[in-house]
Amino acid sequence: MIHVIAFYLFAVMTVASGAITILSRNPVHSVLWLILAFFNAAGLMILVGAEFIAMLLVIVYVGAVAVLFLFVVMMLDIDFAELRAGFVRYFPFGALVAIVLLAEMVLGIGAYRAGSLTLGTPDGTAAAPAGASNIEAVGALLYSRYLFLFEAAGIILLVAMIGAIVLTHRQRGGTRGQNIDKQNRRRPDEATFNVKPEVGKGVQL
Amino acid sequence: MTSFFQSLGMTHDWAWFVSTICGILLIALPLMLSVAMIIYVDRKIWAAMALRRGPNVVGPFGLLQSFADGLKVFLQETIVPSAANKGLFLIAPVLTFSLALLAWAVIPFNSNAILADINVGLLYILAISSLGVYGTIMAGWASNSKYPFFSAMRASAQMISYEVSIGFIVICVVLWSGTFNLNGIVMAQKGHVFGIINGFVANPLLFPMWVMFLISSLAETQRAPFDLTEAESELVAGYQTEYSSMAFAAYWLGEYANVLLMCALNATLFWGGWLPPLDIPILYLVPGFIWFLLKVFFFFFVFSWVKATVPRYRYDQLMRLGWKVFLPVSLLFVVIVSGYLMATGHFA
Repeated sequence: MIHVIAFYLFAVMTVASGAITILSRNPVHSVLWLILAFFNAAGLMILVGAEFIAMLLVIVYVGAVAVLFLFVVMMLDIDFAELRAGFVRYFPFGALVAIVLLAEMVLGIGAYRAGSLTLGTPDGTAAAPAGASNIEAVGALLYSRYLFLFEAAGIILLVAMIGAIVLTHRQRGGTRGQNIDKQNRRRPDEATFNVKPEVGKGVQL
Repeated sequence: MTSFFQSLGMTHDWAWFVSTICGILLIALPLMLSVAMIIYVDRKIWAAMALRRGPNVVGPFGLLQSFADGLKVFLQETIVPSAANKGLFLIAPVLTFSLALLAWAVIPFNSNAILADINVGLLYILAISSLGVYGTIMAGWASNSKYPFFSAMRASAQMISYEVSIGFIVICVVLWSGTFNLNGIVMAQKGHVFGIINGFVANPLLFPMWVMFLISSLAETQRAPFDLTEAESELVAGYQTEYSSMAFAAYWLGEYANVLLMCALNATLFWGGWLPPLDIPILYLVPGFIWFLLKVFFFFFVFSWVKATVPRYRYDQLMRLGWKVFLPVSLLFVVIVSGYLMATGHFA
Protein backbone atom coordinates (compact mmCIF):
# COMPACT_ATOMS: atom_id res chain seq x y z
CA MET A 1 0.00 0.00 0.00
CA ILE A 2 2.70 2.48 1.04
CA HIS A 3 4.81 1.32 -1.91
CA VAL A 4 1.98 2.13 -4.30
CA ILE A 5 1.38 5.56 -2.78
CA ALA A 6 5.12 6.30 -2.88
CA PHE A 7 5.40 5.10 -6.47
CA TYR A 8 2.55 7.29 -7.70
CA LEU A 9 3.85 10.25 -5.71
CA PHE A 10 7.36 9.98 -7.18
CA ALA A 11 6.11 9.17 -10.68
CA VAL A 12 3.61 12.03 -10.84
CA MET A 13 6.19 14.45 -9.44
CA THR A 14 8.83 13.29 -11.93
CA VAL A 15 6.55 13.68 -14.95
CA ALA A 16 5.02 16.93 -13.74
CA SER A 17 8.32 18.60 -12.90
CA GLY A 18 9.76 17.36 -16.19
CA ALA A 19 6.85 19.00 -18.01
CA ILE A 20 7.18 22.26 -16.06
CA THR A 21 10.92 22.25 -16.84
CA ILE A 22 10.17 22.84 -20.52
CA LEU A 23 7.05 24.96 -19.98
CA SER A 24 8.55 27.35 -17.44
CA ARG A 25 9.38 30.82 -18.78
CA ASN A 26 12.18 31.57 -16.35
CA PRO A 27 15.30 29.48 -17.12
CA VAL A 28 16.36 29.42 -13.44
CA HIS A 29 12.97 27.96 -12.54
CA SER A 30 13.45 25.42 -15.32
CA VAL A 31 16.72 24.20 -13.83
CA LEU A 32 15.17 23.96 -10.37
CA TRP A 33 12.25 21.91 -11.72
CA LEU A 34 14.77 19.70 -13.51
CA ILE A 35 16.51 19.13 -10.18
CA LEU A 36 13.18 18.15 -8.62
CA ALA A 37 12.70 15.68 -11.50
CA PHE A 38 16.16 14.17 -10.84
CA PHE A 39 15.37 13.88 -7.17
CA ASN A 40 12.07 12.11 -7.74
CA ALA A 41 13.69 9.78 -10.27
CA ALA A 42 16.13 8.85 -7.49
CA GLY A 43 13.10 8.10 -5.31
CA LEU A 44 11.74 5.77 -8.00
CA MET A 45 15.10 3.96 -8.14
CA ILE A 46 15.00 3.40 -4.39
CA LEU A 47 11.55 1.85 -4.81
CA VAL A 48 12.93 -0.77 -7.24
CA GLY A 49 15.77 -1.51 -4.81
CA ALA A 50 18.60 0.26 -6.65
CA GLU A 51 19.58 2.47 -3.72
CA PHE A 52 23.23 2.77 -4.78
CA ILE A 53 22.33 4.17 -8.21
CA ALA A 54 19.76 6.45 -6.58
CA MET A 55 22.38 7.92 -4.23
CA LEU A 56 24.83 8.33 -7.14
CA LEU A 57 22.14 10.12 -9.14
CA VAL A 58 21.58 12.58 -6.33
CA ILE A 59 25.29 13.10 -5.56
CA VAL A 60 26.47 13.41 -9.17
CA TYR A 61 23.55 15.00 -11.02
CA VAL A 62 21.78 16.97 -8.34
CA GLY A 63 24.83 17.78 -6.23
CA ALA A 64 27.34 18.62 -8.95
CA VAL A 65 26.05 18.79 -12.54
CA ALA A 66 22.84 20.70 -11.81
CA VAL A 67 24.71 23.19 -9.60
CA LEU A 68 26.92 24.07 -12.56
CA PHE A 69 23.79 24.34 -14.77
CA LEU A 70 22.30 26.69 -12.24
CA PHE A 71 25.48 28.78 -12.05
CA VAL A 72 25.61 29.16 -15.83
CA VAL A 73 21.92 29.98 -16.17
CA MET A 74 22.04 32.53 -13.34
CA MET A 75 25.08 34.23 -14.84
CA LEU A 76 23.67 34.39 -18.37
CA ASP A 77 21.80 37.48 -19.43
CA ILE A 78 18.97 35.80 -21.28
CA ASP A 79 16.94 37.84 -23.72
CA PHE A 80 13.47 36.32 -23.88
CA ALA A 81 12.42 38.22 -27.00
CA GLU A 82 15.37 36.80 -28.89
CA LEU A 83 14.57 33.29 -27.67
CA ARG A 84 11.03 33.55 -28.99
CA ALA A 85 12.19 35.01 -32.29
CA GLY A 86 14.22 31.88 -32.92
CA PHE A 87 11.23 29.61 -32.33
CA VAL A 88 10.03 29.47 -35.94
CA ARG A 89 13.53 28.99 -37.30
CA TYR A 90 14.35 26.08 -34.99
CA PHE A 91 10.89 24.52 -35.07
CA PRO A 92 11.60 21.93 -37.86
CA PHE A 93 14.76 20.71 -36.11
CA GLY A 94 12.98 20.54 -32.75
CA ALA A 95 10.11 18.60 -34.30
CA LEU A 96 12.61 16.14 -35.85
CA VAL A 97 14.22 15.51 -32.45
CA ALA A 98 10.78 15.05 -30.89
CA ILE A 99 9.78 12.50 -33.57
CA VAL A 100 13.03 10.55 -33.10
CA LEU A 101 12.50 10.48 -29.32
CA LEU A 102 8.89 9.36 -29.70
CA ALA A 103 9.91 6.58 -32.12
CA GLU A 104 12.60 5.38 -29.73
CA MET A 105 10.18 5.32 -26.83
CA VAL A 106 7.60 3.35 -28.85
CA LEU A 107 10.30 0.93 -29.99
CA GLY A 108 11.60 0.54 -26.45
CA ILE A 109 8.18 -0.17 -24.98
CA GLY A 110 7.45 -2.55 -27.90
CA ALA A 111 10.68 -4.43 -27.28
CA TYR A 112 9.93 -4.62 -23.57
CA ARG A 113 6.42 -5.93 -24.15
CA ALA A 114 7.75 -8.52 -26.60
CA GLY A 115 9.80 -9.86 -23.73
CA SER A 116 13.05 -9.79 -25.67
CA LEU A 117 14.89 -7.94 -22.91
CA THR A 118 16.69 -10.39 -20.66
CA LEU A 119 18.62 -8.87 -17.84
CA GLY A 120 21.62 -11.10 -17.30
CA THR A 121 22.41 -14.37 -19.04
CA PRO A 122 20.63 -17.60 -18.12
CA ASP A 123 23.79 -19.16 -16.67
CA GLY A 124 23.96 -16.29 -14.20
CA THR A 125 27.36 -14.90 -15.20
CA ALA A 126 26.08 -11.35 -15.57
CA ALA A 127 23.48 -11.55 -12.84
CA ALA A 128 24.10 -9.91 -9.50
CA PRO A 129 25.30 -12.25 -6.76
CA ALA A 130 22.27 -13.22 -4.75
CA GLY A 131 22.05 -11.90 -1.21
CA ALA A 132 24.77 -9.30 -1.65
CA SER A 133 23.97 -5.65 -1.02
CA ASN A 134 23.63 -3.30 -3.94
CA ILE A 135 27.10 -1.79 -3.66
CA GLU A 136 28.81 -5.17 -3.29
CA ALA A 137 26.97 -6.53 -6.32
CA VAL A 138 27.84 -3.52 -8.48
CA GLY A 139 31.45 -3.58 -7.29
CA ALA A 140 31.85 -7.31 -7.85
CA LEU A 141 30.64 -6.97 -11.43
CA LEU A 142 32.54 -3.76 -12.22
CA TYR A 143 35.87 -5.10 -11.04
CA SER A 144 35.57 -8.56 -12.59
CA ARG A 145 33.47 -8.94 -15.71
CA TYR A 146 33.38 -5.30 -16.78
CA LEU A 147 36.86 -4.34 -15.59
CA PHE A 148 38.14 -3.20 -18.99
CA LEU A 149 34.98 -1.25 -19.82
CA PHE A 150 35.17 0.38 -16.40
CA GLU A 151 38.81 1.35 -16.87
CA ALA A 152 38.08 2.60 -20.38
CA ALA A 153 35.29 4.80 -19.00
CA GLY A 154 37.75 6.13 -16.44
CA ILE A 155 40.30 6.96 -19.14
CA ILE A 156 37.64 8.71 -21.23
CA LEU A 157 36.73 10.86 -18.22
CA LEU A 158 40.41 11.60 -17.60
CA VAL A 159 40.88 12.68 -21.22
CA ALA A 160 37.78 14.88 -21.00
CA MET A 161 39.07 16.44 -17.80
CA ILE A 162 42.52 17.15 -19.25
CA GLY A 163 40.85 18.50 -22.40
CA ALA A 164 38.73 20.91 -20.39
CA ILE A 165 41.78 22.11 -18.46
CA VAL A 166 43.84 22.57 -21.64
CA LEU A 167 41.01 24.48 -23.33
CA THR A 168 40.44 26.89 -20.46
CA HIS A 169 44.01 27.29 -19.23
CA ARG A 170 45.83 30.29 -20.59
CA GLN A 171 49.08 31.86 -19.62
CA ARG A 172 48.46 35.34 -18.38
CA GLY A 173 51.42 37.65 -18.29
CA GLY A 174 51.88 40.28 -15.64
CA THR A 175 50.38 38.35 -12.73
CA ARG A 176 52.43 37.60 -9.67
CA GLY A 177 51.59 34.33 -8.05
CA GLN A 178 51.71 33.95 -4.31
CA ASN A 179 54.45 31.67 -3.03
CA ILE A 180 53.10 30.50 0.31
CA ASP A 181 56.23 28.54 1.28
CA LYS A 182 58.43 31.56 0.68
CA GLN A 183 56.11 33.72 2.77
CA ASN A 184 56.11 31.20 5.59
CA ARG A 185 59.90 30.95 5.56
CA ARG A 186 60.33 34.72 5.91
CA ARG A 187 61.59 35.84 9.33
CA PRO A 188 61.36 39.37 10.76
CA ASP A 189 65.14 39.92 10.80
CA GLU A 190 65.47 39.28 7.06
CA ALA A 191 62.25 41.02 6.11
CA THR A 192 62.99 44.35 7.83
CA PHE A 193 66.16 46.36 8.28
CA ASN A 194 67.09 49.63 9.88
CA VAL A 195 68.73 52.45 7.96
CA LYS A 196 69.64 55.97 8.92
CA PRO A 197 69.62 57.93 5.68
CA GLU A 198 71.39 61.28 5.58
CA VAL A 199 69.26 64.33 4.96
CA GLY A 200 68.58 64.75 1.26
CA LYS A 201 69.69 61.23 0.34
CA GLY A 202 67.20 58.46 -0.31
CA VAL A 203 67.31 54.85 0.73
CA GLN A 204 68.79 52.23 -1.57
CA LEU A 205 66.34 49.31 -1.55
CA MET B 1 8.88 -0.12 17.63
CA THR B 2 7.07 -1.56 14.60
CA SER B 3 6.12 -4.69 16.53
CA PHE B 4 4.65 -2.57 19.32
CA PHE B 5 2.27 -0.84 16.92
CA GLN B 6 1.51 -4.20 15.30
CA SER B 7 0.42 -5.47 18.70
CA LEU B 8 -2.13 -2.63 18.75
CA GLY B 9 -3.80 -4.33 15.81
CA MET B 10 -2.32 -2.48 12.84
CA THR B 11 -1.13 -4.16 9.65
CA HIS B 12 2.66 -4.35 9.24
CA ASP B 13 2.78 -1.53 6.68
CA TRP B 14 0.87 0.96 8.79
CA ALA B 15 2.68 -0.04 11.96
CA TRP B 16 5.96 0.65 10.16
CA PHE B 17 4.61 3.98 8.92
CA VAL B 18 3.45 5.13 12.36
CA SER B 19 6.61 3.96 14.11
CA THR B 20 8.77 5.76 11.55
CA ILE B 21 6.84 8.98 12.15
CA CYS B 22 7.37 8.52 15.89
CA GLY B 23 11.07 7.92 15.25
CA ILE B 24 11.32 11.11 13.20
CA LEU B 25 9.67 13.09 16.01
CA LEU B 26 11.95 11.44 18.58
CA ILE B 27 14.98 12.68 16.63
CA ALA B 28 13.73 16.05 15.34
CA LEU B 29 12.24 17.48 18.54
CA PRO B 30 15.26 16.83 20.82
CA LEU B 31 17.47 18.02 17.96
CA MET B 32 15.63 21.33 17.77
CA LEU B 33 15.87 21.71 21.53
CA SER B 34 19.58 20.93 21.49
CA VAL B 35 20.10 23.39 18.63
CA ALA B 36 18.53 26.10 20.80
CA MET B 37 20.75 25.13 23.72
CA ILE B 38 23.86 24.74 21.60
CA ILE B 39 23.49 28.31 20.32
CA TYR B 40 23.56 29.39 23.96
CA VAL B 41 26.59 27.15 24.63
CA ASP B 42 28.34 28.57 21.57
CA ARG B 43 27.84 32.13 22.79
CA LYS B 44 28.96 31.20 26.32
CA ILE B 45 32.16 29.50 25.13
CA TRP B 46 32.89 32.35 22.79
CA ALA B 47 32.32 34.87 25.56
CA ALA B 48 34.48 32.95 28.04
CA MET B 49 37.37 32.90 25.59
CA ALA B 50 37.01 36.64 25.07
CA LEU B 51 36.82 37.17 28.87
CA ARG B 52 33.21 38.31 28.68
CA ARG B 53 30.15 36.97 30.47
CA GLY B 54 27.98 36.12 27.50
CA PRO B 55 24.19 35.83 27.79
CA ASN B 56 23.29 35.91 31.51
CA VAL B 57 20.03 37.86 31.79
CA VAL B 58 17.16 35.65 30.59
CA GLY B 59 16.57 32.79 33.04
CA PRO B 60 19.17 31.23 35.37
CA PHE B 61 22.68 31.74 33.87
CA GLY B 62 20.93 33.06 30.75
CA LEU B 63 19.81 29.54 29.87
CA LEU B 64 16.59 30.75 28.27
CA GLN B 65 18.33 33.27 26.00
CA SER B 66 17.78 31.21 22.82
CA PHE B 67 14.09 30.81 23.56
CA ALA B 68 13.74 34.55 24.11
CA ASP B 69 15.51 35.13 20.79
CA GLY B 70 13.24 32.58 19.15
CA LEU B 71 10.14 34.32 20.49
CA LYS B 72 11.43 37.69 19.33
CA VAL B 73 12.08 36.37 15.83
CA PHE B 74 8.67 34.66 15.80
CA LEU B 75 6.88 37.92 16.58
CA GLN B 76 8.70 39.92 13.93
CA GLU B 77 7.08 40.86 10.66
CA THR B 78 7.95 38.69 7.66
CA ILE B 79 9.30 41.00 4.99
CA VAL B 80 9.52 39.84 1.41
CA PRO B 81 11.43 42.35 -0.76
CA SER B 82 9.25 43.60 -3.60
CA ALA B 83 11.91 42.78 -6.21
CA ALA B 84 12.43 39.27 -4.86
CA ASN B 85 11.34 36.12 -6.63
CA LYS B 86 8.65 35.31 -4.06
CA GLY B 87 8.23 31.58 -4.45
CA LEU B 88 11.92 30.75 -4.36
CA PHE B 89 12.57 33.33 -1.67
CA LEU B 90 10.18 31.52 0.66
CA ILE B 91 11.09 27.96 -0.36
CA ALA B 92 14.85 28.45 0.19
CA PRO B 93 14.86 28.64 4.03
CA VAL B 94 12.39 25.74 4.26
CA LEU B 95 14.71 23.69 2.05
CA THR B 96 17.80 24.50 4.13
CA PHE B 97 16.02 23.72 7.37
CA SER B 98 14.50 20.43 6.24
CA LEU B 99 17.74 19.19 4.64
CA ALA B 100 19.56 19.90 7.89
CA LEU B 101 17.09 17.58 9.64
CA LEU B 102 16.95 14.92 6.90
CA ALA B 103 20.55 13.78 7.23
CA TRP B 104 20.00 12.77 10.87
CA ALA B 105 17.92 9.80 9.72
CA VAL B 106 20.97 7.56 9.32
CA ILE B 107 23.04 8.67 12.34
CA PRO B 108 23.33 5.81 14.87
CA PHE B 109 22.68 7.07 18.41
CA ASN B 110 23.14 3.63 19.93
CA SER B 111 23.57 0.04 18.73
CA ASN B 112 19.88 -0.16 17.78
CA ALA B 113 18.78 3.48 17.97
CA ILE B 114 18.91 4.43 14.32
CA LEU B 115 15.96 5.58 12.26
CA ALA B 116 17.02 4.17 8.87
CA ASP B 117 19.66 1.44 9.10
CA ILE B 118 20.34 1.45 5.34
CA ASN B 119 23.42 0.01 3.70
CA VAL B 120 24.17 3.23 1.79
CA GLY B 121 24.02 5.39 4.94
CA LEU B 122 27.20 7.33 4.27
CA LEU B 123 26.28 7.93 0.62
CA TYR B 124 22.90 9.19 1.81
CA ILE B 125 24.64 11.74 4.02
CA LEU B 126 26.86 12.86 1.14
CA ALA B 127 23.78 13.14 -1.09
CA ILE B 128 21.83 15.22 1.41
CA SER B 129 24.76 17.50 2.17
CA SER B 130 25.34 18.05 -1.55
CA LEU B 131 21.70 19.21 -1.77
CA GLY B 132 22.38 21.81 0.92
CA VAL B 133 23.94 24.08 -1.72
CA TYR B 134 20.53 24.77 -3.23
CA GLY B 135 19.06 26.42 -0.14
CA THR B 136 21.97 28.87 -0.28
CA ILE B 137 21.98 29.54 -4.03
CA MET B 138 18.21 29.95 -4.15
CA ALA B 139 18.29 32.42 -1.27
CA GLY B 140 21.04 34.46 -2.91
CA TRP B 141 19.41 34.54 -6.31
CA ALA B 142 15.82 35.01 -5.21
CA SER B 143 16.71 37.96 -2.95
CA ASN B 144 17.57 39.92 -6.10
CA SER B 145 20.23 41.80 -4.21
CA LYS B 146 23.97 42.03 -4.82
CA TYR B 147 25.49 41.04 -1.50
CA PRO B 148 23.36 37.95 -0.91
CA PHE B 149 24.17 36.84 -4.44
CA PHE B 150 27.93 37.25 -3.95
CA SER B 151 27.64 35.39 -0.69
CA ALA B 152 25.63 32.57 -2.25
CA MET B 153 28.23 32.18 -4.99
CA ARG B 154 31.00 32.03 -2.41
CA ALA B 155 29.10 29.58 -0.24
CA SER B 156 28.28 27.19 -3.03
CA ALA B 157 31.82 27.24 -4.46
CA GLN B 158 33.15 26.57 -0.97
CA MET B 159 30.75 23.72 -0.25
CA ILE B 160 31.39 22.02 -3.59
CA SER B 161 35.18 22.33 -3.20
CA TYR B 162 35.30 20.81 0.24
CA GLU B 163 32.79 18.07 -0.59
CA VAL B 164 35.38 16.65 -3.00
CA SER B 165 37.99 16.14 -0.31
CA ILE B 166 35.36 14.98 2.21
CA GLY B 167 34.40 12.31 -0.33
CA PHE B 168 37.97 11.00 -0.52
CA ILE B 169 38.40 11.08 3.27
CA VAL B 170 35.18 9.13 3.68
CA ILE B 171 36.41 6.60 1.10
CA CYS B 172 39.42 5.85 3.35
CA VAL B 173 37.09 5.12 6.28
CA VAL B 174 34.84 2.99 4.09
CA LEU B 175 37.84 1.03 2.75
CA TRP B 176 38.94 0.22 6.27
CA SER B 177 35.52 -0.73 7.61
CA GLY B 178 34.30 -2.41 4.43
CA THR B 179 30.78 -0.98 4.57
CA PHE B 180 28.80 2.20 3.88
CA ASN B 181 26.44 1.43 6.74
CA LEU B 182 27.15 3.85 9.60
CA ASN B 183 26.45 1.26 12.28
CA GLY B 184 28.82 -1.10 10.48
CA ILE B 185 31.48 1.62 10.47
CA VAL B 186 31.03 2.11 14.22
CA MET B 187 31.30 -1.63 14.85
CA ALA B 188 34.44 -1.85 12.69
CA GLN B 189 36.11 0.60 15.10
CA LYS B 190 35.62 -1.67 18.11
CA GLY B 191 39.05 -2.40 19.56
CA HIS B 192 40.61 -1.05 16.37
CA VAL B 193 44.06 -0.16 17.73
CA PHE B 194 45.93 -2.66 19.96
CA GLY B 195 42.56 -4.34 20.45
CA ILE B 196 41.61 -1.78 23.09
CA ILE B 197 41.12 1.70 21.59
CA ASN B 198 37.75 2.20 19.90
CA GLY B 199 38.10 4.58 16.99
CA PHE B 200 39.85 5.02 13.68
CA VAL B 201 41.44 8.22 14.94
CA ALA B 202 44.19 6.32 16.81
CA ASN B 203 45.17 4.60 13.57
CA PRO B 204 48.29 6.38 12.22
CA LEU B 205 47.07 6.10 8.62
CA LEU B 206 43.65 7.54 9.42
CA PHE B 207 44.65 10.20 11.95
CA PRO B 208 45.68 12.72 9.23
CA MET B 209 42.37 11.96 7.51
CA TRP B 210 40.51 12.92 10.69
CA VAL B 211 42.41 16.22 10.95
CA MET B 212 41.47 17.01 7.36
CA PHE B 213 37.89 15.92 7.96
CA LEU B 214 37.60 18.25 10.94
CA ILE B 215 38.91 21.20 8.93
CA SER B 216 36.73 20.30 5.94
CA SER B 217 33.68 20.07 8.13
CA LEU B 218 34.40 23.59 9.40
CA ALA B 219 34.53 24.74 5.78
CA GLU B 220 31.47 22.72 4.78
CA THR B 221 29.34 24.30 7.50
CA GLN B 222 30.82 27.77 6.86
CA ARG B 223 32.07 28.17 10.40
CA ALA B 224 35.03 30.33 11.33
CA PRO B 225 37.78 30.50 10.02
CA PHE B 226 35.95 29.76 6.75
CA ASP B 227 32.89 31.96 7.37
CA LEU B 228 33.53 34.05 4.27
CA THR B 229 29.90 33.78 3.28
CA GLU B 230 28.89 35.98 6.16
CA ALA B 231 31.99 38.13 6.31
CA GLU B 232 30.17 41.08 7.79
CA SER B 233 32.86 43.56 6.79
CA GLU B 234 32.37 42.70 3.12
CA LEU B 235 28.96 41.16 2.64
CA VAL B 236 26.63 42.63 5.29
CA ALA B 237 25.28 39.31 6.68
CA GLY B 238 25.66 36.86 3.84
CA TYR B 239 23.02 35.19 1.75
CA GLN B 240 20.32 35.67 4.41
CA THR B 241 20.69 39.46 4.46
CA GLU B 242 17.19 40.06 3.04
CA TYR B 243 15.51 37.57 5.35
CA SER B 244 13.61 38.44 8.48
CA SER B 245 11.44 36.74 11.06
CA MET B 246 10.90 32.96 10.84
CA ALA B 247 12.62 32.62 7.47
CA PHE B 248 15.78 33.99 9.06
CA ALA B 249 15.29 31.71 12.06
CA ALA B 250 15.01 28.72 9.71
CA TYR B 251 18.48 29.54 8.32
CA TRP B 252 19.83 30.01 11.79
CA LEU B 253 18.48 26.69 13.09
CA GLY B 254 19.48 24.86 9.90
CA GLU B 255 23.03 26.16 10.18
CA TYR B 256 23.43 24.91 13.74
CA ALA B 257 21.71 21.59 12.95
CA ASN B 258 24.31 21.15 10.19
CA VAL B 259 27.12 21.98 12.60
CA LEU B 260 25.81 19.35 15.03
CA LEU B 261 25.54 16.88 12.15
CA MET B 262 29.18 17.43 11.25
CA CYS B 263 30.15 16.94 14.91
CA ALA B 264 28.15 13.70 14.92
CA LEU B 265 29.90 12.58 11.74
CA ASN B 266 33.31 13.30 13.26
CA ALA B 267 32.29 11.20 16.25
CA THR B 268 30.79 8.38 14.17
CA LEU B 269 33.44 8.05 11.47
CA PHE B 270 36.59 8.53 13.51
CA TRP B 271 35.91 8.46 17.24
CA GLY B 272 33.86 5.29 17.53
CA GLY B 273 30.34 6.76 17.59
CA TRP B 274 28.35 5.32 20.46
CA LEU B 275 31.20 3.02 21.56
CA PRO B 276 33.11 4.02 24.70
CA PRO B 277 36.64 5.31 24.01
CA LEU B 278 38.30 2.15 25.31
CA ASP B 279 37.17 -1.42 24.75
CA ILE B 280 36.85 -2.25 28.46
CA PRO B 281 33.69 -4.11 29.64
CA ILE B 282 33.01 -1.74 32.56
CA LEU B 283 32.73 1.26 30.22
CA TYR B 284 29.88 -0.47 28.38
CA LEU B 285 27.74 -0.01 31.51
CA VAL B 286 27.27 3.61 30.41
CA PRO B 287 24.58 3.71 27.69
CA GLY B 288 25.88 4.19 24.16
CA PHE B 289 23.99 7.38 23.44
CA ILE B 290 25.67 9.08 26.43
CA TRP B 291 29.07 8.39 24.89
CA PHE B 292 27.75 9.58 21.55
CA LEU B 293 26.38 12.84 22.96
CA LEU B 294 29.59 13.45 24.92
CA LYS B 295 31.62 13.09 21.73
CA VAL B 296 29.27 15.35 19.78
CA PHE B 297 29.49 17.95 22.51
CA PHE B 298 33.28 17.68 22.58
CA PHE B 299 33.43 18.38 18.85
CA PHE B 300 31.04 21.27 19.21
CA PHE B 301 33.38 22.68 21.83
CA VAL B 302 36.24 22.33 19.32
CA PHE B 303 34.15 24.16 16.70
CA SER B 304 33.47 27.03 19.14
CA TRP B 305 37.07 27.09 20.24
CA VAL B 306 38.22 27.48 16.64
CA LYS B 307 35.62 30.20 16.08
CA ALA B 308 36.89 32.14 19.09
CA THR B 309 40.59 31.89 18.31
CA VAL B 310 41.31 31.65 14.58
CA PRO B 311 41.19 34.64 12.20
CA ARG B 312 39.19 34.42 8.99
CA TYR B 313 40.80 33.05 5.84
CA ARG B 314 41.07 35.00 2.63
CA TYR B 315 39.01 33.56 -0.20
CA ASP B 316 41.94 32.51 -2.39
CA GLN B 317 43.61 30.87 0.61
CA LEU B 318 40.41 28.93 1.24
CA MET B 319 40.32 27.67 -2.34
CA ARG B 320 44.02 26.86 -2.28
CA LEU B 321 43.63 24.82 0.88
CA GLY B 322 40.72 22.87 -0.58
CA TRP B 323 42.00 22.16 -4.06
CA LYS B 324 45.80 22.27 -3.78
CA VAL B 325 46.34 20.78 -0.34
CA PHE B 326 43.40 18.66 0.81
CA LEU B 327 42.48 17.14 -2.55
CA PRO B 328 45.96 15.78 -3.45
CA VAL B 329 46.71 14.66 0.10
CA SER B 330 43.40 12.86 0.54
CA LEU B 331 43.80 11.24 -2.90
CA LEU B 332 47.28 10.08 -1.87
CA PHE B 333 45.88 8.62 1.33
CA VAL B 334 43.20 6.69 -0.57
CA VAL B 335 46.04 5.04 -2.50
CA ILE B 336 48.12 4.44 0.64
CA VAL B 337 45.21 3.06 2.69
CA SER B 338 43.98 0.75 -0.06
CA GLY B 339 47.58 -0.35 -0.75
CA TYR B 340 48.11 -1.11 2.93
CA LEU B 341 44.84 -3.04 3.16
CA MET B 342 45.74 -5.10 0.06
CA ALA B 343 49.29 -5.76 1.27
CA THR B 344 48.17 -6.94 4.70
CA GLY B 345 45.24 -8.93 3.31
CA HIS B 346 42.69 -7.06 5.43
CA PHE B 347 39.69 -8.57 3.67
CA ALA B 348 41.23 -11.89 2.66
